Amino acid sequence: MAIRTEPITINLGPQHPSTHGVFRLRVKFDGELVLDIEPVFGYLHRGTEKLAEERTYVQIVTLTDRLDYVSSMTNNLAYVSAVEKLAGIPVPERAKYLRVICSELQRIASHMIATGFLLQELGAFATPLMYAFRERERILDLFEMLCGARVTLSYMRPGGVTQDAPREFWPALDILMRDMPMYIDELDQLISGNEIVLARTQNAGIIRPEAAINGSLSGPILRASGVKWDLRKANPYEVYDRMEFDVPIGSRGDTYDRYYIRILEMRESVKIIKQCIQQIPEGPTRTPGPFFIRPPVGDAYASVEAPKGELGFYLVSDGGISPYRCKIRAPSLINLSLLREMLVGWKMADMIIIFGSTDIVLGEVDR
Amino acid sequence: MYGLGLFKGLAVTLKNAVTPGRMFTTHQYPNRRISVFELAKASSTNVISYAAKNPAKAVRSAIGLEWVPDRWPQHPRFRGEEFTWYEQRCTGCASCAKYCPLGIIRIVTDPSGRFVQEGEKYAIEVFDIDIGRCMFCGLCVEACPYDALHMGSGFEEGRYTRSGLVIDVNRLRTQPKRPSNWFRPQLEAKDYNPHSGKEATYVDVGRHEKPSEQKQEVKWAKRL
Ligand code: SF4
Ligand code: SF4
Repeated sequence: MAIRTEPITINLGPQHPSTHGVFRLRVKFDGELVLDIEPVFGYLHRGTEKLAEERTYVQIVTLTDRLDYVSSMTNNLAYVSAVEKLAGIPVPERAKYLRVICSELQRIASHMIATGFLLQELGAFATPLMYAFRERERILDLFEMLCGARVTLSYMRPGGVTQDAPREFWPALDILMRDMPMYIDELDQLISGNEIVLARTQNAGIIRPEAAINGSLSGPILRASGVKWDLRKANPYEVYDRMEFDVPIGSRGDTYDRYYIRILEMRESVKIIKQCIQQIPEGPTRTPGPFFIRPPVGDAYASVEAPKGELGFYLVSDGGISPYRCKIRAPSLINLSLLREMLVGWKMADMIIIFGSTDIVLGEVDR
Repeated sequence: MYGLGLFKGLAVTLKNAVTPGRMFTTHQYPNRRISVFELAKASSTNVISYAAKNPAKAVRSAIGLEWVPDRWPQHPRFRGEEFTWYEQRCTGCASCAKYCPLGIIRIVTDPSGRFVQEGEKYAIEVFDIDIGRCMFCGLCVEACPYDALHMGSGFEEGRYTRSGLVIDVNRLRTQPKRPSNWFRPQLEAKDYNPHSGKEATYVDVGRHEKPSEQKQEVKWAKRL
Protein backbone atom coordinates (compact mmCIF):
# COMPACT_ATOMS: atom_id res chain seq x y z
CA MET A 1 0.00 0.00 0.00
CA ALA A 2 1.37 3.40 -1.00
CA ILE A 3 1.84 5.87 1.79
CA ARG A 4 -0.23 8.99 1.24
CA THR A 5 1.37 12.32 2.10
CA GLU A 6 0.21 15.91 2.07
CA PRO A 7 1.47 18.04 -0.84
CA ILE A 8 4.04 20.52 0.31
CA THR A 9 4.78 23.95 -1.21
CA ILE A 10 8.39 25.02 -1.43
CA ASN A 11 9.87 28.30 -2.57
CA LEU A 12 12.73 27.83 -4.96
CA GLY A 13 14.46 31.15 -4.98
CA PRO A 14 14.64 34.12 -5.32
CA GLN A 15 18.10 33.52 -3.92
CA HIS A 16 18.56 29.88 -4.83
CA PRO A 17 21.95 29.12 -6.38
CA SER A 18 20.38 27.34 -9.34
CA THR A 19 17.72 29.82 -10.35
CA HIS A 20 19.75 31.85 -12.87
CA GLY A 21 19.24 35.07 -10.96
CA VAL A 22 16.52 36.46 -8.77
CA PHE A 23 13.75 34.20 -9.99
CA ARG A 24 11.32 32.48 -7.71
CA LEU A 25 9.42 29.28 -8.39
CA ARG A 26 6.67 28.35 -5.99
CA VAL A 27 6.55 24.59 -6.39
CA LYS A 28 3.96 22.19 -5.02
CA PHE A 29 5.56 18.83 -4.36
CA ASP A 30 4.07 15.46 -3.63
CA GLY A 31 7.07 13.81 -2.06
CA GLU A 32 9.61 14.50 -4.75
CA LEU A 33 7.15 14.84 -7.60
CA VAL A 34 6.29 18.27 -8.97
CA LEU A 35 2.53 18.72 -8.89
CA ASP A 36 2.26 22.35 -9.86
CA ILE A 37 4.47 25.37 -10.28
CA GLU A 38 3.94 29.07 -10.13
CA PRO A 39 6.71 31.36 -11.37
CA VAL A 40 7.10 34.64 -9.52
CA PHE A 41 9.28 37.26 -11.06
CA GLY A 42 9.83 40.99 -11.06
CA TYR A 43 12.61 41.17 -8.50
CA LEU A 44 14.96 42.68 -11.07
CA HIS A 45 12.48 45.10 -12.58
CA ARG A 46 14.21 48.34 -13.51
CA GLY A 47 11.60 49.89 -15.74
CA THR A 48 13.77 49.87 -18.85
CA GLU A 49 10.84 50.57 -21.15
CA LYS A 50 9.77 53.59 -19.13
CA LEU A 51 13.33 54.86 -18.75
CA ALA A 52 13.68 54.68 -22.53
CA GLU A 53 10.88 57.20 -22.92
CA GLU A 54 12.99 59.73 -21.03
CA ARG A 55 16.23 59.20 -22.93
CA THR A 56 17.39 60.20 -26.38
CA TYR A 57 17.75 57.53 -29.03
CA VAL A 58 21.51 57.20 -28.62
CA GLN A 59 21.37 57.11 -24.84
CA ILE A 60 18.97 54.16 -24.88
CA VAL A 61 21.74 51.99 -26.34
CA THR A 62 23.30 51.96 -22.87
CA LEU A 63 20.05 50.68 -21.36
CA THR A 64 19.86 47.75 -23.78
CA ASP A 65 23.22 46.45 -22.57
CA ARG A 66 21.61 45.62 -19.31
CA LEU A 67 18.71 43.55 -20.59
CA ASP A 68 20.39 40.27 -21.35
CA TYR A 69 23.72 40.99 -19.78
CA VAL A 70 25.47 37.94 -21.20
CA SER A 71 24.76 39.01 -24.77
CA SER A 72 24.86 42.80 -24.95
CA MET A 73 25.88 42.91 -28.60
CA THR A 74 22.69 41.36 -29.91
CA ASN A 75 20.62 43.63 -27.67
CA ASN A 76 22.41 46.64 -29.11
CA LEU A 77 21.86 45.30 -32.60
CA ALA A 78 18.14 44.72 -32.14
CA TYR A 79 17.65 48.21 -30.74
CA VAL A 80 19.68 50.09 -33.31
CA SER A 81 18.02 48.25 -36.20
CA ALA A 82 14.66 49.41 -34.86
CA VAL A 83 15.90 53.02 -34.75
CA GLU A 84 17.36 52.74 -38.23
CA LYS A 85 14.06 51.46 -39.54
CA LEU A 86 12.21 54.24 -37.78
CA ALA A 87 14.45 57.09 -38.89
CA GLY A 88 15.57 55.62 -42.21
CA ILE A 89 19.27 55.75 -41.42
CA PRO A 90 21.48 53.81 -43.87
CA VAL A 91 24.23 51.55 -42.55
CA PRO A 92 27.63 51.24 -44.28
CA GLU A 93 28.62 47.79 -45.53
CA ARG A 94 31.63 47.44 -43.27
CA ALA A 95 29.52 48.20 -40.22
CA LYS A 96 27.07 45.48 -41.22
CA TYR A 97 29.83 42.91 -41.35
CA LEU A 98 31.27 44.09 -38.04
CA ARG A 99 27.82 43.76 -36.52
CA VAL A 100 27.43 40.21 -37.77
CA ILE A 101 30.88 39.26 -36.48
CA CYS A 102 30.05 40.74 -33.09
CA SER A 103 26.67 39.09 -32.78
CA GLU A 104 28.06 35.69 -33.72
CA LEU A 105 30.91 36.05 -31.23
CA GLN A 106 28.32 36.99 -28.66
CA ARG A 107 26.24 33.95 -29.57
CA ILE A 108 29.21 31.68 -28.94
CA ALA A 109 29.88 33.39 -25.61
CA SER A 110 26.26 33.12 -24.55
CA HIS A 111 25.93 29.45 -25.56
CA MET A 112 29.15 28.71 -23.69
CA ILE A 113 27.61 30.12 -20.54
CA ALA A 114 24.37 28.24 -21.14
CA THR A 115 26.26 24.95 -21.53
CA GLY A 116 28.51 25.56 -18.56
CA PHE A 117 25.67 26.42 -16.23
CA LEU A 118 23.52 23.54 -17.43
CA LEU A 119 26.28 21.17 -16.40
CA GLN A 120 26.71 23.06 -13.16
CA GLU A 121 23.07 22.35 -12.41
CA LEU A 122 23.59 18.70 -13.20
CA GLY A 123 26.10 18.64 -10.38
CA ALA A 124 29.26 18.77 -12.47
CA PHE A 125 30.54 21.48 -10.24
CA ALA A 126 32.73 24.06 -11.95
CA THR A 127 34.79 21.88 -14.33
CA PRO A 128 32.72 22.36 -17.50
CA LEU A 129 31.99 25.90 -16.38
CA MET A 130 35.68 26.71 -16.22
CA TYR A 131 36.20 25.30 -19.73
CA ALA A 132 33.33 27.40 -21.00
CA PHE A 133 34.58 30.53 -19.29
CA ARG A 134 38.08 30.12 -20.72
CA GLU A 135 36.68 30.45 -24.23
CA ARG A 136 34.34 33.24 -23.25
CA GLU A 137 37.21 35.25 -21.78
CA ARG A 138 38.94 35.26 -25.12
CA ILE A 139 35.82 36.56 -26.81
CA LEU A 140 35.49 39.26 -24.17
CA ASP A 141 39.11 40.24 -24.83
CA LEU A 142 38.14 40.83 -28.44
CA PHE A 143 35.23 42.98 -27.35
CA GLU A 144 37.57 44.98 -25.17
CA MET A 145 39.67 45.68 -28.25
CA LEU A 146 36.61 46.85 -30.14
CA CYS A 147 34.94 49.07 -27.63
CA GLY A 148 36.85 49.15 -24.40
CA ALA A 149 34.34 47.22 -22.32
CA ARG A 150 33.84 43.56 -21.71
CA VAL A 151 30.21 43.12 -20.72
CA THR A 152 28.25 46.37 -20.98
CA LEU A 153 29.47 47.12 -24.44
CA SER A 154 27.34 49.90 -26.00
CA TYR A 155 29.25 49.27 -29.21
CA MET A 156 26.56 49.88 -31.79
CA ARG A 157 24.98 53.17 -32.69
CA PRO A 158 22.10 54.02 -34.98
CA GLY A 159 23.83 54.19 -38.35
CA GLY A 160 26.72 51.82 -37.73
CA VAL A 161 29.13 51.02 -34.95
CA THR A 162 31.04 53.47 -32.74
CA GLN A 163 34.47 52.78 -34.13
CA ASP A 164 36.25 50.61 -36.61
CA ALA A 165 38.11 47.64 -35.20
CA PRO A 166 41.73 48.37 -34.25
CA ARG A 167 44.55 46.86 -36.27
CA GLU A 168 45.35 44.13 -33.75
CA PHE A 169 41.74 42.92 -33.75
CA TRP A 170 41.93 41.00 -37.02
CA PRO A 171 44.92 38.75 -36.23
CA ALA A 172 43.45 38.06 -32.80
CA LEU A 173 40.11 37.11 -34.36
CA ASP A 174 41.88 34.83 -36.84
CA ILE A 175 43.68 33.02 -34.04
CA LEU A 176 40.50 32.66 -32.04
CA MET A 177 38.62 31.27 -35.02
CA ARG A 178 41.42 28.77 -35.54
CA ASP A 179 41.22 27.65 -31.92
CA MET A 180 37.47 27.78 -31.51
CA PRO A 181 36.52 24.52 -33.30
CA MET A 182 39.04 22.73 -31.10
CA TYR A 183 37.52 24.26 -27.98
CA ILE A 184 34.02 23.32 -29.06
CA ASP A 185 35.16 19.77 -29.85
CA GLU A 186 36.69 19.58 -26.42
CA LEU A 187 33.49 20.67 -24.73
CA ASP A 188 31.55 18.24 -26.91
CA GLN A 189 33.87 15.38 -26.02
CA LEU A 190 33.75 16.29 -22.34
CA ILE A 191 29.98 16.32 -22.11
CA SER A 192 28.05 14.77 -25.00
CA GLY A 193 28.85 11.09 -24.59
CA ASN A 194 28.90 11.15 -20.83
CA GLU A 195 26.53 8.44 -19.59
CA ILE A 196 25.49 10.40 -16.53
CA VAL A 197 24.56 13.40 -18.64
CA LEU A 198 22.68 11.18 -21.06
CA ALA A 199 20.77 9.42 -18.31
CA ARG A 200 19.76 12.67 -16.69
CA THR A 201 18.89 14.70 -19.77
CA GLN A 202 17.54 12.39 -22.45
CA ASN A 203 13.74 12.36 -22.61
CA ALA A 204 13.55 14.87 -19.76
CA GLY A 205 11.32 17.92 -20.09
CA ILE A 206 10.03 17.23 -23.57
CA ILE A 207 8.37 20.10 -25.42
CA ARG A 208 6.19 19.01 -28.32
CA PRO A 209 6.64 21.08 -31.50
CA GLU A 210 2.97 22.13 -31.55
CA ALA A 211 3.16 23.30 -27.97
CA ALA A 212 6.38 25.16 -28.69
CA ILE A 213 4.79 27.02 -31.57
CA ASN A 214 1.66 27.79 -29.57
CA GLY A 215 3.76 29.09 -26.71
CA SER A 216 5.57 31.31 -29.25
CA LEU A 217 8.95 30.02 -28.13
CA SER A 218 11.97 30.98 -30.19
CA GLY A 219 15.67 30.33 -30.42
CA PRO A 220 17.47 27.10 -29.55
CA ILE A 221 14.56 25.85 -27.42
CA LEU A 222 12.19 25.99 -30.37
CA ARG A 223 14.71 24.44 -32.75
CA ALA A 224 15.41 21.63 -30.30
CA SER A 225 11.77 20.63 -30.69
CA GLY A 226 12.34 20.16 -34.39
CA VAL A 227 10.87 23.40 -35.71
CA LYS A 228 13.14 24.97 -38.29
CA TRP A 229 12.70 28.66 -37.52
CA ASP A 230 15.62 31.01 -37.41
CA LEU A 231 15.26 34.72 -38.10
CA ARG A 232 18.69 34.74 -39.72
CA LYS A 233 17.21 32.52 -42.45
CA ALA A 234 13.54 33.44 -42.27
CA ASN A 235 13.99 37.20 -42.32
CA PRO A 236 17.67 37.89 -43.03
CA TYR A 237 18.90 41.12 -41.50
CA GLU A 238 22.30 42.77 -41.96
CA VAL A 239 24.31 40.46 -44.23
CA TYR A 240 23.04 37.03 -43.20
CA ASP A 241 21.61 36.41 -46.66
CA ARG A 242 25.18 36.32 -48.01
CA MET A 243 26.32 33.72 -45.49
CA GLU A 244 26.20 30.00 -45.87
CA PHE A 245 25.21 28.17 -42.74
CA ASP A 246 22.85 25.49 -41.54
CA VAL A 247 20.17 25.74 -38.93
CA PRO A 248 20.55 22.68 -36.74
CA ILE A 249 17.32 21.22 -35.40
CA GLY A 250 16.68 18.63 -32.74
CA SER A 251 14.42 15.62 -32.96
CA ARG A 252 12.92 15.00 -29.55
CA GLY A 253 12.80 18.39 -27.87
CA ASP A 254 14.26 17.13 -24.61
CA THR A 255 16.90 18.68 -22.39
CA TYR A 256 19.68 16.88 -24.22
CA ASP A 257 18.58 18.30 -27.56
CA ARG A 258 18.44 21.77 -26.11
CA TYR A 259 22.03 21.35 -24.94
CA TYR A 260 23.30 19.75 -28.14
CA ILE A 261 21.66 22.34 -30.43
CA ARG A 262 23.81 24.97 -28.75
CA ILE A 263 27.00 23.04 -29.49
CA LEU A 264 25.96 22.73 -33.13
CA GLU A 265 25.03 26.40 -33.34
CA MET A 266 28.42 27.43 -32.04
CA ARG A 267 30.02 25.55 -34.93
CA GLU A 268 27.75 27.35 -37.39
CA SER A 269 28.69 30.68 -35.81
CA VAL A 270 32.37 29.96 -36.36
CA LYS A 271 31.55 29.27 -40.01
CA ILE A 272 29.69 32.58 -40.34
CA ILE A 273 32.52 34.57 -38.76
CA LYS A 274 35.07 32.96 -41.07
CA GLN A 275 33.00 33.98 -44.09
CA CYS A 276 32.67 37.51 -42.73
CA ILE A 277 36.42 37.84 -42.32
CA GLN A 278 36.85 36.94 -45.98
CA GLN A 279 34.09 39.18 -47.29
CA ILE A 280 34.42 42.31 -45.17
CA PRO A 281 34.99 45.40 -47.37
CA GLU A 282 36.92 48.54 -46.50
CA GLY A 283 35.06 51.74 -45.88
CA PRO A 284 33.37 53.85 -43.26
CA THR A 285 31.73 52.24 -40.26
CA ARG A 286 29.22 54.86 -39.29
CA THR A 287 26.81 57.10 -41.14
CA PRO A 288 27.40 60.60 -39.80
CA GLY A 289 24.32 61.80 -38.04
CA PRO A 290 23.25 64.11 -35.28
CA PHE A 291 23.36 63.07 -31.67
CA PHE A 292 19.73 64.00 -31.15
CA ILE A 293 17.94 61.88 -33.73
CA ARG A 294 14.42 63.06 -34.52
CA PRO A 295 12.66 60.30 -36.45
CA PRO A 296 9.43 61.10 -38.28
CA VAL A 297 6.14 60.27 -36.56
CA GLY A 298 5.45 56.58 -36.87
CA ASP A 299 6.40 53.22 -35.48
CA ALA A 300 8.79 50.41 -36.31
CA TYR A 301 9.50 46.89 -35.15
CA ALA A 302 12.81 45.19 -35.72
CA SER A 303 13.92 41.85 -34.39
CA VAL A 304 17.08 39.81 -34.46
CA GLU A 305 17.92 36.24 -33.63
CA ALA A 306 19.53 36.71 -30.23
CA PRO A 307 21.26 33.71 -28.60
CA LYS A 308 18.11 33.10 -26.54
CA GLY A 309 15.56 33.64 -29.28
CA GLU A 310 13.79 36.41 -31.12
CA LEU A 311 14.63 39.75 -29.53
CA GLY A 312 12.53 42.58 -30.88
CA PHE A 313 12.14 46.27 -30.21
CA TYR A 314 8.96 48.13 -31.03
CA LEU A 315 9.43 51.89 -31.07
CA VAL A 316 6.80 54.56 -31.46
CA SER A 317 7.97 58.04 -32.34
CA ASP A 318 6.06 61.28 -31.91
CA GLY A 319 8.73 63.24 -33.73
CA GLY A 320 10.66 64.17 -30.59
CA ILE A 321 14.15 63.32 -29.46
CA SER A 322 13.03 60.33 -27.40
CA PRO A 323 10.61 57.54 -28.28
CA TYR A 324 6.99 57.89 -27.24
CA ARG A 325 6.87 54.19 -26.41
CA CYS A 326 9.42 51.42 -26.40
CA LYS A 327 8.28 47.83 -26.15
CA ILE A 328 10.77 45.02 -25.82
CA ARG A 329 9.96 41.48 -26.90
CA ALA A 330 12.35 39.61 -24.67
CA PRO A 331 12.92 35.96 -25.59
CA SER A 332 13.76 34.89 -22.04
CA LEU A 333 10.36 35.95 -20.74
CA ILE A 334 8.39 34.32 -23.54
CA ASN A 335 10.43 31.13 -23.38
CA LEU A 336 9.12 30.74 -19.85
CA SER A 337 5.57 30.36 -21.09
CA LEU A 338 5.80 26.58 -21.31
CA LEU A 339 7.35 26.15 -17.90
CA ARG A 340 4.37 24.22 -16.58
CA GLU A 341 4.35 21.77 -19.50
CA MET A 342 8.07 21.19 -19.06
CA LEU A 343 8.28 20.81 -15.31
CA VAL A 344 5.10 19.24 -13.99
CA GLY A 345 5.44 15.52 -13.38
CA TRP A 346 9.19 15.50 -12.94
CA LYS A 347 11.25 14.95 -9.84
CA MET A 348 12.81 17.81 -7.93
CA ALA A 349 16.36 17.24 -9.24
CA ASP A 350 15.13 16.96 -12.85
CA MET A 351 13.23 20.18 -12.46
CA ILE A 352 16.46 22.09 -11.86
CA ILE A 353 18.15 20.92 -15.04
CA ILE A 354 15.06 21.24 -17.20
CA PHE A 355 14.69 24.79 -15.97
CA GLY A 356 18.40 25.37 -16.53
CA SER A 357 18.17 24.18 -20.13
CA THR A 358 15.81 27.04 -21.00
CA ASP A 359 18.78 29.37 -20.46
CA ILE A 360 16.97 32.46 -19.29
CA VAL A 361 18.60 35.64 -18.07
CA LEU A 362 16.67 37.53 -15.48
CA GLY A 363 17.75 40.94 -16.70
CA GLU A 364 15.64 40.24 -19.73
CA VAL A 365 12.72 38.56 -17.99
CA ASP A 366 12.05 41.47 -15.66
CA ARG A 367 13.50 44.31 -17.74
CA MET B 1 30.66 -0.14 -23.82
CA TYR B 2 28.86 1.50 -20.97
CA GLY B 3 31.00 4.16 -19.31
CA LEU B 4 33.09 4.88 -22.37
CA GLY B 5 31.73 8.42 -22.53
CA LEU B 6 32.95 9.06 -19.03
CA PHE B 7 36.48 8.05 -19.95
CA LYS B 8 36.36 10.22 -23.05
CA GLY B 9 35.48 13.16 -20.84
CA LEU B 10 38.22 12.31 -18.40
CA ALA B 11 40.71 12.17 -21.28
CA VAL B 12 39.97 15.83 -21.98
CA THR B 13 40.69 16.71 -18.37
CA LEU B 14 43.87 14.66 -18.42
CA LYS B 15 45.04 16.32 -21.62
CA ASN B 16 44.59 19.73 -20.08
CA ALA B 17 46.24 18.67 -16.86
CA VAL B 18 49.47 17.35 -18.37
CA THR B 19 50.02 19.37 -21.57
CA PRO B 20 52.34 22.26 -20.77
CA GLY B 21 50.93 25.49 -22.10
CA ARG B 22 47.36 24.32 -21.63
CA MET B 23 47.51 23.97 -17.88
CA PHE B 24 45.47 26.33 -15.83
CA THR B 25 47.59 28.32 -13.50
CA THR B 26 46.27 30.09 -10.49
CA HIS B 27 47.93 33.36 -9.77
CA GLN B 28 47.66 35.25 -6.58
CA TYR B 29 46.24 38.44 -8.05
CA PRO B 30 47.73 41.03 -8.45
CA ASN B 31 51.16 39.46 -7.86
CA ARG B 32 52.71 36.14 -8.65
CA ARG B 33 55.66 34.21 -7.34
CA ILE B 34 58.78 34.38 -9.44
CA SER B 35 61.47 31.72 -9.68
CA VAL B 36 65.19 32.35 -9.69
CA PHE B 37 65.30 31.32 -13.35
CA GLU B 38 62.92 34.07 -14.32
CA LEU B 39 64.79 36.58 -12.19
CA ALA B 40 68.02 35.68 -13.94
CA LYS B 41 66.33 35.90 -17.32
CA ALA B 42 64.95 39.33 -16.47
CA SER B 43 68.43 40.65 -15.71
CA SER B 44 69.75 38.70 -18.74
CA THR B 45 72.34 36.60 -16.94
CA ASN B 46 72.40 32.93 -16.12
CA VAL B 47 71.25 31.51 -12.83
CA ILE B 48 74.65 30.90 -11.32
CA SER B 49 76.04 34.35 -11.89
CA TYR B 50 72.76 35.86 -10.77
CA ALA B 51 72.84 33.89 -7.53
CA ALA B 52 76.43 34.87 -6.98
CA LYS B 53 75.56 38.53 -7.36
CA ASN B 54 72.27 38.61 -5.42
CA PRO B 55 72.42 35.69 -2.99
CA ALA B 56 69.65 37.04 -0.76
CA LYS B 57 67.20 37.44 -3.59
CA ALA B 58 68.05 34.04 -5.06
CA VAL B 59 67.39 32.33 -1.75
CA ARG B 60 64.18 34.22 -1.22
CA SER B 61 62.89 33.30 -4.66
CA ALA B 62 63.90 29.66 -4.19
CA ILE B 63 61.61 29.42 -1.15
CA GLY B 64 58.87 31.39 -2.89
CA LEU B 65 59.09 34.79 -1.27
CA GLU B 66 59.78 36.91 -4.34
CA TRP B 67 56.77 38.43 -6.05
CA VAL B 68 56.31 40.42 -9.19
CA PRO B 69 53.21 42.33 -10.31
CA ASP B 70 51.20 40.18 -12.67
CA ARG B 71 48.17 41.91 -14.10
CA TRP B 72 46.72 41.14 -17.45
CA PRO B 73 47.17 44.36 -19.44
CA GLN B 74 44.09 46.11 -20.72
CA HIS B 75 43.74 47.14 -24.28
CA PRO B 76 44.51 50.86 -24.88
CA ARG B 77 40.83 51.32 -25.71
CA PHE B 78 39.75 50.08 -22.28
CA ARG B 79 37.14 52.44 -20.87
CA GLY B 80 38.47 52.89 -17.38
CA GLU B 81 37.55 54.97 -14.38
CA GLU B 82 39.04 58.33 -13.36
CA PHE B 83 38.32 60.46 -16.39
CA THR B 84 41.16 62.37 -18.00
CA TRP B 85 40.37 66.03 -18.58
CA TYR B 86 42.42 68.83 -20.10
CA GLU B 87 41.57 72.26 -18.82
CA GLN B 88 43.44 73.87 -21.71
CA ARG B 89 41.00 72.31 -24.16
CA CYS B 90 37.74 72.55 -22.25
CA THR B 91 35.47 75.47 -23.13
CA GLY B 92 32.82 74.71 -20.56
CA CYS B 93 30.26 73.99 -23.23
CA ALA B 94 28.69 71.26 -21.07
CA SER B 95 27.94 68.99 -24.02
CA CYS B 96 29.27 66.15 -21.93
CA ALA B 97 26.84 66.94 -19.12
CA LYS B 98 23.95 67.11 -21.55
CA TYR B 99 24.69 63.80 -23.23
CA CYS B 100 25.22 61.78 -20.09
CA PRO B 101 22.25 59.39 -19.83
CA LEU B 102 22.35 59.64 -16.06
CA GLY B 103 23.05 63.34 -15.75
CA ILE B 104 25.88 62.92 -13.29
CA ILE B 105 28.27 65.55 -14.63
CA ARG B 106 27.94 68.95 -12.98
CA ILE B 107 29.64 71.92 -14.57
CA VAL B 108 29.68 75.48 -13.29
CA THR B 109 31.48 78.04 -15.39
CA ASP B 110 32.46 81.54 -14.49
CA PRO B 111 30.40 83.78 -16.72
CA SER B 112 31.42 87.16 -15.34
CA GLY B 113 34.32 88.37 -13.26
CA ARG B 114 36.97 88.11 -15.89
CA PHE B 115 35.80 89.50 -19.18
CA VAL B 116 35.70 86.75 -21.77
CA GLN B 117 37.14 87.82 -25.07
CA GLU B 118 36.14 86.31 -28.33
CA GLY B 119 38.12 83.14 -28.92
CA GLU B 120 38.73 82.67 -25.22
CA LYS B 121 36.81 80.42 -22.95
CA TYR B 122 34.94 80.39 -19.72
CA ALA B 123 36.72 79.53 -16.51
CA ILE B 124 35.64 76.22 -15.05
CA GLU B 125 34.70 76.42 -11.39
CA VAL B 126 33.04 73.09 -10.76
CA PHE B 127 33.44 69.93 -12.79
CA ASP B 128 32.04 67.06 -10.76
CA ILE B 129 31.66 63.55 -12.11
CA ASP B 130 29.97 61.14 -9.72
CA ILE B 131 31.61 57.89 -10.73
CA GLY B 132 29.65 56.08 -8.03
CA ARG B 133 26.73 56.24 -10.44
CA CYS B 134 28.65 56.34 -13.71
CA MET B 135 28.29 53.31 -15.98
CA PHE B 136 31.32 54.12 -18.15
CA CYS B 137 29.32 54.18 -21.32
CA GLY B 138 31.58 56.87 -22.72
CA LEU B 139 28.82 58.99 -24.24
CA CYS B 140 30.23 62.10 -22.57
CA VAL B 141 33.58 61.41 -24.23
CA GLU B 142 31.88 60.86 -27.54
CA ALA B 143 30.05 64.16 -27.17
CA CYS B 144 33.00 66.38 -26.25
CA PRO B 145 33.62 68.47 -29.38
CA TYR B 146 37.04 69.72 -28.27
CA ASP B 147 38.67 66.45 -27.17
CA ALA B 148 38.92 67.78 -23.64
CA LEU B 149 37.34 64.84 -21.82
CA HIS B 150 38.65 61.28 -22.19
CA MET B 151 37.99 58.02 -20.46
CA GLY B 152 40.70 57.05 -18.01
CA SER B 153 42.67 53.85 -18.20
CA GLY B 154 42.73 52.62 -14.60
CA PHE B 155 40.18 50.38 -12.98
CA GLU B 156 40.96 49.96 -9.32
CA GLU B 157 39.27 52.97 -7.81
CA GLY B 158 38.06 51.61 -4.51
CA ARG B 159 37.06 54.22 -1.95
CA TYR B 160 35.81 53.98 1.60
CA THR B 161 33.13 56.65 1.25
CA ARG B 162 30.64 57.51 -1.43
CA SER B 163 31.71 61.12 -1.45
CA GLY B 164 35.20 59.96 -2.33
CA LEU B 165 33.80 58.66 -5.57
CA VAL B 166 32.94 62.12 -6.83
CA ILE B 167 35.74 63.32 -9.06
CA ASP B 168 36.03 67.07 -8.67
CA VAL B 169 37.84 69.64 -10.72
CA ASN B 170 40.97 69.64 -8.57
CA ARG B 171 41.36 65.94 -8.92
CA LEU B 172 40.80 66.18 -12.65
CA ARG B 173 43.45 68.89 -12.87
CA THR B 174 46.12 67.13 -10.89
CA GLN B 175 45.78 63.43 -11.59
CA PRO B 176 48.12 61.84 -14.13
CA LYS B 177 46.85 62.22 -17.67
CA ARG B 178 46.61 58.80 -19.22
CA PRO B 179 43.63 58.96 -21.55
CA SER B 180 42.13 55.82 -22.99
CA ASN B 181 42.17 55.48 -26.76
CA TRP B 182 38.45 54.87 -26.83
CA PHE B 183 36.75 57.05 -29.46
CA ARG B 184 40.01 58.89 -30.04
CA PRO B 185 41.39 57.75 -33.43
CA GLN B 186 44.01 60.49 -33.27
CA LEU B 187 45.60 58.81 -30.25
CA GLU B 188 45.40 55.43 -31.95
CA ALA B 189 47.11 56.84 -35.02
CA LYS B 190 49.99 57.90 -32.79
CA ASP B 191 50.18 54.42 -31.24
CA TYR B 192 49.65 55.89 -27.82
CA ASN B 193 49.29 53.31 -25.06
CA PRO B 194 48.05 54.63 -21.72
CA HIS B 195 49.30 51.52 -19.92
CA SER B 196 52.89 52.23 -20.90
CA GLY B 197 52.95 54.86 -18.17
CA LYS B 198 53.57 57.70 -20.58
CA GLU B 199 51.38 60.74 -20.09
CA ALA B 200 49.71 62.52 -22.98
CA THR B 201 49.82 66.31 -23.07
CA TYR B 202 46.93 68.43 -24.22
CA VAL B 203 48.67 68.90 -27.57
CA ASP B 204 48.86 65.15 -28.17
CA VAL B 205 45.20 64.44 -27.63
CA GLY B 206 43.77 66.99 -30.04
CA ARG B 207 42.66 66.41 -33.58
CA HIS B 208 44.55 69.46 -34.86
CA GLU B 209 42.07 70.11 -37.56
CA LYS B 210 39.22 72.51 -37.68
CA PRO B 211 36.06 70.75 -38.83
CA SER B 212 34.69 72.17 -42.05
CA GLU B 213 31.51 74.20 -41.97
CA GLN B 214 29.61 71.43 -43.68
CA LYS B 215 30.91 68.82 -41.29
CA GLN B 216 29.90 70.91 -38.31
CA GLU B 217 26.44 71.29 -39.72
CA VAL B 218 26.06 67.58 -40.27
CA LYS B 219 27.28 66.74 -36.81
CA TRP B 220 25.76 69.39 -34.64
CA ALA B 221 23.12 71.49 -36.34
CA LYS B 222 21.18 69.54 -38.94
CA ARG B 223 18.01 67.88 -37.71
CA LEU B 224 16.81 64.65 -39.18
S1 SF4 C 1 30.64 57.57 -18.98
FE1 SF4 C 1 28.42 57.64 -19.39
S2 SF4 C 1 27.47 57.57 -17.37
FE2 SF4 C 1 29.63 58.11 -17.05
S3 SF4 C 1 29.67 60.33 -17.00
FE3 SF4 C 1 30.08 59.75 -19.11
S4 SF4 C 1 28.08 59.73 -20.13
FE4 SF4 C 1 27.70 59.75 -17.91
S1 SF4 D 1 34.77 68.47 -21.34
FE1 SF4 D 1 34.27 68.81 -23.50
S2 SF4 D 1 32.05 68.64 -23.61
FE2 SF4 D 1 32.57 68.88 -21.46
S3 SF4 D 1 32.41 71.08 -21.07
FE3 SF4 D 1 34.55 70.68 -21.60
S4 SF4 D 1 34.68 70.99 -23.81
FE4 SF4 D 1 32.50 70.82 -23.31
